[in-house]
Formats: sequence, C-alpha cells, structure tokens
Amino acid sequence: MSPRRSTEGGRIDRGRTIRFSFDGKTYQGHPGDTLASALMANGVRLFGRSFKYHRPRGLLAAGVDEPNALVTVLKGTVREPNIAATQIEIYEGLTVESQNRFPSLDVDAGAVNQLAGGLLSAGFYYKTFMGPVIGPLRGTRFWMACEHFIRRAAGLGRAGRDADPDRYERMNAFCDVLVVGAGPAGLMAAKAAAEAGKRVILADLDPVPGGSANWSGETIDGLPAAAWAQGTIEALGAMDTVRLLPRTTVWGYYDGNTLAALERVADHKPAPDRGEPRHRHWTIRAGAVVLATGAFERPLVFPGNDRPGVMLADAAVRLLREYGVVAGSRLALFANNDDAYRAAAALAEAGATIAAIVDMRDTVSPAARALAERAGAELLAGHAVTGTKGRKAIREITVQRLREGEITGQPRRIAVDCLLMSGGWSPAIHLASQAGTAPRWDEALQAFLPPKPTQNWVGAGAFAGRFATAAALADGLAAGAKVAGGKPPRKSAQPRVETLELDIAPAPVFEIRPPGKAGKAFVDFQHDVTAEDVRQAHREGFVSVEHLKRYTTLGMATDQGKTSNVPGLAIMAEARGITVPEVGTTRFRPPFTPVSLGALAAERYGELRPDRLTPMHDWHVENGATMYAAGLWYRPMIYGGRGETVEQAYVREAAATRAGVGIVDVSTLGKIMVQGPDAADFLDRVYTNTFSTLPVMKARYGLMLREDGLAYDDGTTWRLSQTDFLMTTTTANAGKVMQQLEYYLDIVWPDLKVTLTSVSDQWAGAAIAGPRSRDVLAACVAGTAVDNDTLPFMGIVRGEIDGVPVMICRLSFSGERAYEVYCGAGHGLHVWEALMEAGKPFAIVPYGLEALGTLRIEKGHVTGAEIDGRTTARDLYLDWMLSKKKPFAGSMMMDREGLCDDDRIRLVGIVALDDRPLGGGAHIVEHNDPAEIRDSIGHVTAGCYSPALGKYIALALVKGGKTRHGARAFVSDPLRKRFGPVEIVSHHFYDPEGSRMHG
Amino acid sequence: MLITCPYCGPRDLAEFSYQGDANRPRPDQHDTDQARWNAYVYDRSNPAGPHREYWQHAGGCRKHLLIVRSTLTHAIESVAFAGAQGATPQAPRRAAKGRTKTGPAKGKKP
Amino acid sequence: MAEYSLFSLIKNAWNGNRDWKPAWRKAEPKTDYDVVIVGGGGHGLATAYYLAKEHGITNVAVLEKGWLGSGNIGRNTTIVRSNYLLPESIRFYDFSVKLWEELAHDLNYNVMFSQRGILNLAHSPAQADDYIRRGNAMLHGGGDAEWLTPAEIAKKAPGVDLSASARFPVVGGLLQPRAGTARHDAVAWGYARGADRRGVDIVENCEVTGFLREGDRVVGVKSTRGEIRAKKIAVAVAGSTGRVMKLAGIDALPIESHVLQAFVTESLKPFVDTVVTFGGGHLYMSQSDKGSLVFGGDLDGYNSYAQRGNLPVVEEVMSEMVALFPGLARVRLLRSWGGVMDMSMDGSPIITTGPLPGMYLNSGWCYGGFKATPASGWTFAWTIAKDAPHAINAPFTLERFHRGALIDEKGQGATPKLH
Repeated sequence: MSPRRSTEGGRIDRGRTIRFSFDGKTYQGHPGDTLASALMANGVRLFGRSFKYHRPRGLLAAGVDEPNALVTVLKGTVREPNIAATQIEIYEGLTVESQNRFPSLDVDAGAVNQLAGGLLSAGFYYKTFMGPVIGPLRGTRFWMACEHFIRRAAGLGRAGRDADPDRYERMNAFCDVLVVGAGPAGLMAAKAAAEAGKRVILADLDPVPGGSANWSGETIDGLPAAAWAQGTIEALGAMDTVRLLPRTTVWGYYDGNTLAALERVADHKPAPDRGEPRHRHWTIRAGAVVLATGAFERPLVFPGNDRPGVMLADAAVRLLREYGVVAGSRLALFANNDDAYRAAAALAEAGATIAAIVDMRDTVSPAARALAERAGAELLAGHAVTGTKGRKAIREITVQRLREGEITGQPRRIAVDCLLMSGGWSPAIHLASQAGTAPRWDEALQAFLPPKPTQNWVGAGAFAGRFATAAALADGLAAGAKVAGGKPPRKSAQPRVETLELDIAPAPVFEIRPPGKAGKAFVDFQHDVTAEDVRQAHREGFVSVEHLKRYTTLGMATDQGKTSNVPGLAIMAEARGITVPEVGTTRFRPPFTPVSLGALAAERYGELRPDRLTPMHDWHVENGATMYAAGLWYRPMIYGGRGETVEQAYVREAAATRAGVGIVDVSTLGKIMVQGPDAADFLDRVYTNTFSTLPVMKARYGLMLREDGLAYDDGTTWRLSQTDFLMTTTTANAGKVMQQLEYYLDIVWPDLKVTLTSVSDQWAGAAIAGPRSRDVLAACVAGTAVDNDTLPFMGIVRGEIDGVPVMICRLSFSGERAYEVYCGAGHGLHVWEALMEAGKPFAIVPYGLEALGTLRIEKGHVTGAEIDGRTTARDLYLDWMLSKKKPFAGSMMMDREGLCDDDRIRLVGIVALDDRPLGGGAHIVEHNDPAEIRDSIGHVTAGCYSPALGKYIALALVKGGKTRHGARAFVSDPLRKRFGPVEIVSHHFYDPEGSRMHG
Repeated sequence: MLITCPYCGPRDLAEFSYQGDANRPRPDQHDTDQARWNAYVYDRSNPAGPHREYWQHAGGCRKHLLIVRSTLTHAIESVAFAGAQGATPQAPRRAAKGRTKTGPAKGKKP
Repeated sequence: MAEYSLFSLIKNAWNGNRDWKPAWRKAEPKTDYDVVIVGGGGHGLATAYYLAKEHGITNVAVLEKGWLGSGNIGRNTTIVRSNYLLPESIRFYDFSVKLWEELAHDLNYNVMFSQRGILNLAHSPAQADDYIRRGNAMLHGGGDAEWLTPAEIAKKAPGVDLSASARFPVVGGLLQPRAGTARHDAVAWGYARGADRRGVDIVENCEVTGFLREGDRVVGVKSTRGEIRAKKIAVAVAGSTGRVMKLAGIDALPIESHVLQAFVTESLKPFVDTVVTFGGGHLYMSQSDKGSLVFGGDLDGYNSYAQRGNLPVVEEVMSEMVALFPGLARVRLLRSWGGVMDMSMDGSPIITTGPLPGMYLNSGWCYGGFKATPASGWTFAWTIAKDAPHAINAPFTLERFHRGALIDEKGQGATPKLH
C-alpha cells in the first residue's frame, strides 16, 4: 500500500496536469503541488539516502525543516543541490535527481556502511586513520589516503561548475513594521499595523501565505480558515501601505533592526521571465518587527524512527489539506500530546484507516479520546512504539507498554504503511535568538521560548509559545497594535475561531529505549546522529551543548537542527541527570534557512566591481592597447598588435620616448584640490617637505609618511594660487590619502581653514615626455608660450589646446623633458587626439604602463612596489625630503631604532650580468650556488630591459643598500627557475644629474 | 547596523568607514615626547562595552563622526560630529583604570 | 587512558561503545599550581600540553571561562599554512607546519591535518610579482612553494573562473603544497586529552575575575571557582585579551578586538580539493571532509566583542565567492558565525614574558591563530619554562611596536582592521 491522491481537497488544480521527472522517470502532478506532494501522490516513498549510513529515507516534514528528502534540481547543465522536496513547486519539465547514492536511490552501495554499525559511532574518525609513525605512510600520508575515500563518501548533492546563467537582484526596503510569517498571528499583526496607518511589509516563506490557516481545518469568522486567510491577504494587498512578499524567507536579524530576506522570484517557473531575477535579496530596515514565525513539530526518538513512511503528524495534515495527498492507507499515530490527535482524525476523514493511536501518556484528555474515537482508532495509552519494520518503506510497528518510563510487557505488532509521530512543538525562535541572548525554557511546553528582545521586535502566536489559533489571532492583533503605537485592540476586533480545544503541552519524554538490543534511534535524521551517539558523547565527556553538537554533528546538517535540537538536548539532559535548560541551547546563526550565494552577491554576480575607465579608454583599445586591470582602473599595458612580444613593445615605446617623444594617459592619478587660507600650512603638516615656500604656478614633489613614520605616498602638488593647491597622489592610494587628509582636518586640526575636494574624475591627464615634447606642445598650445623661460622645470602654465582650456605642468617621471597636460575630463579624448595630431611630425608614440615602468626604473623613481608599507623614507634614500625645520605627520615616529637598523633592506639598482631578465619578486643572495636556496639579502621590486642601457636592470631592496654598490651578488628566483649573477649599483641608472629633464 | 549621520539621517553601515578608537589623543604636532606618540599610534584601551570611536560617512557627506557604540551589543548610544566641542582627540588622557567613560570627554581646544 | 586505534574502535563497537572514557577529566581546581594558564582555547591547551611534554611541568591548570575550545579554535576556517613573506613569520609558521605534520601521532588523536595545499590566485602582473616575492621568500626560508600557470590552476581547482573576461583575470597562482586544513575542534580536544593524561588540570566553567598581586608581581588569579595561586600565570585568551589584561591593570595594549565572520555552505560532493584564495578581493575557501565549503573574507572592520557580524561583509564575501566560482551561485549558504579576533598593530602575534612579573602573554593572533596553534603552544611553553623566549618567538615581543621593529606582513601600519 502507498500514499495516494485524495479525490478532493487541497489547493491543487486537479483539472490541469504537470509533467516532471525524478531520477529519469516521468511523473505527473498538478499546479499547486510541491515535488514532495506530487511524488507522494504517485506513491513514491523513498526520497533520499542518509549522510553516513545511507539508510533509505522518506519524507519526514512538510516544510523547511525537512531533513531527508533533499534533491538536486537540474536546469540544463546548471545544478542546484540540496533542495528539500517540500520546497520545490513543480512546473512543466521540472527535472530533479536524488543525491548521495550510487548507483541509484533504490540500490545504494553506500548502504554497506550500515553493517559497520558501531564502528561508525560518534567521533570515530578522531580515533583512527592516523597510520604508521614511520615508513612511507608516516606523517599525514595515511590519513590523506583514507580521507580521499571519506570525502567521496561524504557530501550530499553535487554542485555544478558551469556558470549560473540566471541573475540576482538586491532590494533595499524601509518600513514601519515588518511582519515575518503570514499565519493567523502574522496576518492579524499586519492588519492591525496597516489599519493604524503604518507602512507594513508582510513576508511569508510559502508560495501561498496563510500559515497554519491553510491546513488547520478550522473555521475563522465563519469561513474555512484557509479562505479567511486568503480574504485577509487580499484585503491587505489592496492597501497601498502594505507590501506582501510571498515565497520570501526572512533569514537574518542584524544590528539596527536590519533584516535580510530571500525572495524566490522564479524558482517555481521553468525560467525567469525576461529581466526577472531568479532570487531577490532584500535588506529591510524596519522600525519594528513582528515575529510570527510559528513552530516546528518534533519527532520522537525510537528504534527505526527513520523508516520511510514514518513522518511528523503535522506533515501528513499539510499533505492532505494543502495538496490532497493521503500519506497512507493504514496508519498509526505515536504521540506524547493531545494536539497530534487532530492528524489522526483528519486522515481518517480522508478515508485512511487509523490502526492505532499510541500515546506514551497514561491518561489522555476526553477531547483527545473523542478524536481517537472519531478516527475509529484503537487508543493505546501508556504505550510506545519500540520498533518498525520494512525495507524501503514501513510495513509494521512494534508497540509495547510504557510504564513509568520503562518498557514492559509483550511486544505487539501492528501492520501499517505510515506512522505519524509527534513529540510536541518547538517555536521557531531562530531570528530572535540570532542577536545573541539565550532563549527561555518552558517546562509545560517542553520548549525553548524566545529570549527578551534586544532589538525592537514583538513576538506573536506559536513563535511565542501560544499555539492555539485563537490565542495566535489575539496575540497578532495585540502585537500589531503595539508596534503601531496604538491603543490595545478591542476584543471585538478579534476573529472568532471554531475549533476543538486541545492541550498542546506534551509529556516530557522524547526517547523510547526498549531494553536489549534495539535498532538505531535517530535524533538528527540527516546527519545520522542516534540517541546512542548522544550518550556516547556524554561518556566521553562531550557534555556541554556545543561539545555535543560538534562531537556528534547533531544539528549541523542543512536543516540546522530544526527537528533534532530539543530531543538531542533532552537525551543529554537525561544522561547527565540535569534539566534541559541546564544543558543549554546553542545560539542560532544566520541564515534561518539556506540562502543562495548568488542572491547575496546580487548585482555583483558577474560583475564583482565597477570598471573605472579614463576618458581616453576607447582610444587606447582602438589603437591596439592591451589593457591592464590596476585596482578598479583599466590602463594600457602596451600598444601591441604588431606581432610584438610585450618586451619588444615596451622597449620600442620607451626607446622612442627617449629618442623623440611619447605620450601616456595619466588620468588615473589621484587629484585632490586643497584650498583655503591655511592650505599651505596644512600641506606643511602632512608632507615631509615644505610647501608654504612654493611659489604660485609652481609644482613640487612631495612625500607623505604614515603616522607610524613609514613612507606612505608621493606625488606632485601644484600651487595654482596663494590658497589653491592641486595635489596628485598615486593611483592606488588616491582614496586612502583623501581619507587621511579628511581625518586630519575633521579631527586633528579642525581649526585649519582648508577644504578638500577629490577631483580625480574631473581632470583628464596626459604626460608627454621626450626631447621633442616641447615641440609638440609648441605646435598645439595656444594662449601661452612653452619655452624654457615661460615654462621651466616644475613650472605651470594655463593655455588652450584646440579650443580646450588646459593646465600644463613641466614635471618628469621619466627623466626626460616632460609635461603633464590636464584638461576637463569631458575633453580628455579631444585634447589627447590634438596632442597626437601635433605630435605626428615628431613621430610621437603612445606608451603604456610597461614603458612607463621602464622609464622610471631607469631613472630610479620609486612607486608602490618600493613604497610597500614596510619601507621608510631613508630605506628609499629620500632623506633629502625630510624637513628638519618643521614637524610633519610621522616625523616623531620615523627615527625609532627599529626603523634605523643597519640590517634593513634599502633601495639599490641591480644589473643582470648574464643578460637575462630580472623579474619582480626574485630574491638576491650572496652565494653562487643555485641549488642552495637560502640566505636572501633582499628582493627585486621591479625589473625591465633598459633600452637606454642595453641591459636587463632592476630596482631592488637589499640589506645594507648603498654600502653594497659595486658588489657582485646573485639573483635567486627559484619559483621561476632563474639564477644568475648581478651587480649591485646605484638606483639612479640613467642621467643621474637630471640634465635631460631640466634641459 | 544603522548609523544616524547628523547630516544625512539614518544610513546603512555599508556607507561608513571605521576610523578607529577615539580615546587616544594625538599629541600636538610639536610634541617631542616619544612615549606619547608611541601610545597614540599603538596603544588601545579596547574596552568591552561602550567605545568612543570615529567613523567617516565615506559614502555620504564624508564627515567624521564621533560615535559611542557598545562593542558587546553593537548598539549605538550617541553620534556627533567629530572635532566638535567636547569631541576632540586632543583631550587630556584620562587615567581611568580599566574603565572607559562613555560620555563625551571634556576636552581642551587643540 | 586507552590509546585510540582501529583496534580500540572495534573492541568498543563490540561492547556497544559503552566503555569509552572521558577525553579529559573534569578537574576541580586546586589552590596552588606551578603554572596557571588563563584560556582553554587551542593556544592555552597546546601550551599546557607542551609544558608537560617538553618541559616536564605538569602541575599546571588551564582555566576556561566557558566550555573548552569555545573561542576561535572552534570558529575558524581551519586553514593551516606558512605562506608568509617576512623571515620571522616564515620561520615561526613553518615550524608550526612541521609540528602539524606529526600532531595526530603526537596526540594519538586524529586532528585530520590534510596537506591539500593552498593556492593564492594572482590577478595582475603586479600581484603575481608580489606573490612570487613571497613564494621565493618561503623557499629561501626553508619552506615550500610552487608557481602555477592558469592551465595548471584549471587542473588543481576546476571551476575557478579562468576566463579572460573575468573582472580580475587569473594570471597565475602561488601554491604551498604542504599547507592544508585540519579539523579545528579535534585540535582543542586532542591537546586537552594529551595534557590531561600528563597530569594537567583542565578546569572548565571557571572565569578569571581578577589577579592576585604581591607588589608588582602576579601570584595567582581570582576566579568564579575560587582563588588559585601559581608561580607563573600565562594568559592566552585571544579576542578577550583586552578584557583579561584590564583585570591585571594593563589598560592599553597594541591590540583591538574585531569581529570576523566565517561561512559554510551546505554539504556537497567533492568540489574543490585545495584551499583557494581570491586575490581580486579577500577570500579564502576550502571544502571540509563533510563536504561543506568553508570560507571567509575581511573583518567587519570595527571593534567588537560580539561573536556576530553584519550584512555588508556577508554580501561582499558571497560576491567574491561567485566571482571566483561562478558555478556556486546556486549553492546555498548554510550558516555564518563570528569570532572575536585579537588584531595587533602590525598583524603579527605577541608571545612574551611579562608585561608584569610572574605573567606571560600570548596574544595578537589576528585571524591567523589556528594554524599557529602548535608553534604558539610550543614556544609559549618554552618561554614560560625558561623565562625567556625561544629564538623562534624572540622577534614577537610586546616592545617591538614602540621600538619600530615591526613584523608587518601586509604593510598596513597601525590600522588593525586592515591586517
């Protein structure tokens, strides 16, 4: 016998059929079905295999707490593993496969693990697999050989390696009131808050909000509860201050009443609509929150409680009332509370036979008895299920007398095809507990209730331990009114509920332990943690709740212990002879249910960072530049495209610049306007050298230290007027320097009258270098002369190029006569093209970062490779820039003994004596034995082929620095398999007197 | 975390850049006491509880704010512009023993 | 206490696993010890173990405020590596890796150190040079390193986005083959068991509430389980350093406590074999033996003693994860949590005598404490036993900050959130 579809009931559309496939077999279902309900309706009971023992497993739950029925959803080559069948809405063509089985779900070789039984007890892996202490398998080798197989056996679904073609989206929302959960309590809270004029967001994780109203079978305000819920939702939806978010799980409660939610926008369709994301990641800043997240039913722990066909009582009710699926034809119920009797009655009403109700309590309330009678069930009070039978589905249970906690009497066998169980309810307090305070144990409910709020939330309904529908409605109404700041609601505002009054409180028994050798009794179904594992943890001293969890892996599966947490604690409490709250509870961590990584990446999936492009970007690309990602910027590396190697290209570009003229895009440099009466004073404080003495329309090279006295950044600063300076920074440090300057002005020297403006994106810049650079400018600049008198070294002029106002400063990074031309960014390309045009007669070449680097290495200028956060100005022989006349940022810290040590690595030049390249990151050694990789005295910061010297040269940081000039050493670069002789020389390789740039 | 910028109103944590401990006074630029500079750069009181600290509204008005925030709960007690009266880091160092005062310090003008 | 072995497993399985004994005794604190170690995390337990094993000092108590291993030893991303840049760091962490390699046998506890390698991906020629400098430094310091081309990376870590159109295209990767992962909790439990069976008292639920002083000298602690005197008091409390040292009157240290989040996905069949780091941002990830992807990124970036973080970092880390492995967009985050990091001012630790007479301090691990556990315990035990540091930890002093003898791997200066 097997589960079947009832002829009526549920919200499925029996008039339409949907075809889907599971493990290659095609099935039919109806709109409104979940994968779980549709498969059950087709008589399928085997859904998955467990993690460790590969035991056959069926459906346990009906919601997000499902631990067993995990499957992989396939869309082409894209895989989505570990999705609970209860959470998948079927659609035409849905393709799903089962997991963690080989070769098939039905015949799984991994089931052999069941034979190892006691060997695979809690923490067994800590005690073995260590291998021999000596021999070829010593150290970690034996373990790694074992681990190879363990890893293949472990794991659930398989993830895909192909990129996910769908897109994800992020949404920010603000509201007065966020209501989490649209069951009776949540609906009333939303209604009350909305009617008080608040902006409300109502989120529910199900496709059809309504919560328990959708399956309780009760009557609210004279309507079937489900209809009442839909009516209430429609009314809320009609209010423009209410936003309804179905299929939306609020999963994280962060600081400042910020909540994170996942909306599954298109999972229920074959593909997202055009422009639609698959998931939407909501960040909701709520004035107040109503938590109405309901509760999870708990399983009971007894031997064989994991057999397919054993399921939670409420899950069977949901299958019936939401999807019209009868979980079995001959059922039994095993419970420790009255409330579960409803399930027996409901299934009996749907035509199933209720063979027995096994209640571990001796006395059962009259109301429950009446239900048992209505279900036509034999009531076995004071009894317990002590075992189950059946290979891949349950076919029989064993029942025995339970007297004062002891199993006695003769076992009785009852044939069933489904066993419902209920161990009471655990409120879903996860969100409330994420903020870190401990929940409270309620002895009567045998459950943890939410902690006192540390943020602005109010709880309602089953979440708060008020399980009955009437109480939930009243609670919701009160919570809604409270967060809306209004008056307490009138009694008449509360809907009337027609229901059977049943006591929800369970007997404080979670486990049934028949004497003698019994089968495994599972606490954590997915991770195969048994009651015996919990007791073993106790014996081995892993008795605190966190040790229990970590040692046995209890509660660490994809369901995060939603069903296993309390039973596990109860068993440990009993073993220790203390109460459950004394064992403690673990803190729930976000997310409440798993969240796709893509959703959290949102719009950054496929586009991690924005691109920063200079105004001349397209020109570079069109002219053959190979672009190079430098931080967020893209910059030309070389202008190749002539079949040149990178080296050939940069050597050509650098040589042409030194011989004639070259042009490079320097728009990426950081540019900060420093303005105000105290601007010069300010610069004197932050730069190591003096700027107050700088004449107007002159520039000066400046060096900045960090507060700890190490070198920070360098660049030129141009004095445009008495009170206006344009500071340039390195590309990489533009943001950080700006922030540091703002820090000084806001906090350290708020009395200085200075304003800072970042203008990096407002100015485009081009540097023209080479002996013919002046000729190029002369040919295109209007409004000013550019001769040596008008525009001497470090001078600044304003002029025009092809109608565009420009600012030109004569400064040089290359060691050649050179100029930087700045114009408004919008005219950058125009000016660049005008300069190229003017340069044609002089054979101007554009050059990229490689040539720029080559020119600066030849000249011995430092950049980020040398100013790497660990070097001082002295290490870089920039002592001459350290003013002795004034204090400056870092001046008191730069002379500490550790920063003046003789042993520090300092800047030198090196020349390859074997005519081979010197790569950045190569090390320098004194010995001449390539096989001896040891005793580094420093490293290469940047190397190149120098066309000016006709040699491979590099800058390096070497112990002793200058004292080694003229010494022989060896480059040792074992990673690139390079070793060879070098000579250590001055870092000023080229034109050390500077005659070329001053000329 | 939401920070209520005095200019911009309540804004998300993502807009702000943490600028660190506001309890350590920066010595005067002309101060030549090495110990004071060392303390300023390296030593932190690192309290468990209310912490005076600087944040910059980097994704907004770019002002630096002096915030008192609990390092145990992340709850924000107060937000003010940094460098305003009473919020200067040049305040004389309090010789508190193992305790951090939470209120704005009575500071000298720099 | 019985040896753990396949044989003992079989024997116990036969007896229904009823004969296992506690991994460590629940010791009652005595009133007097030779050494009291404050902090029952990985470093404190390792210190106790090596004090007993290497120095024969067994009259030792480890005091733990909560449950043993409740701090960062059980909250990290389990990576063990020694791919450092500076000679002091290379020497220290390489020593640690050597101890790791023998740890399971040493402790008779399978800490599951698996040398599956760590692969640092480089995304620009400049970053490649930087990593090559580091790899060469490792080799010159006696460690191991290899440089991988993108084609080799494709084999080593299939699924990594190696396309030229990636926002940060991969140009190469630095591999340290001897690096890997270990089972974090097992390290705490293994050290606890090893120390316990050498006679060390491990006292859980014992919070230190003050220090006993005789003049300058620290001579014991006050605790929630009474006063405990000792000749030497060692503090190894990581993120709680500030709080505990304040009890001793030390108000300022070169340390800030910051929150670092860590993440795991649901369990998957083998997806990636090695530890992979993404250089286009800050991300490190690996796959546990259970099948979860374990990963993390930057600090939240503000002082915190709360073991939880906020959304911006969550979003950033996930963004980097799917940039590195675009196939993972449909894989789901299962759990996130936070740990409190003792961020030092140069990103390197402090293992030292002092700062008060009778006291010893082990701190400043930033988020590199897990891999250091064996070497930290070993060198701290040496420092306590000999009243002087071993050559391996001699550079990691408390005075180095003021002196300027910094060990700044990242070159970020005194900005803890950036280390």
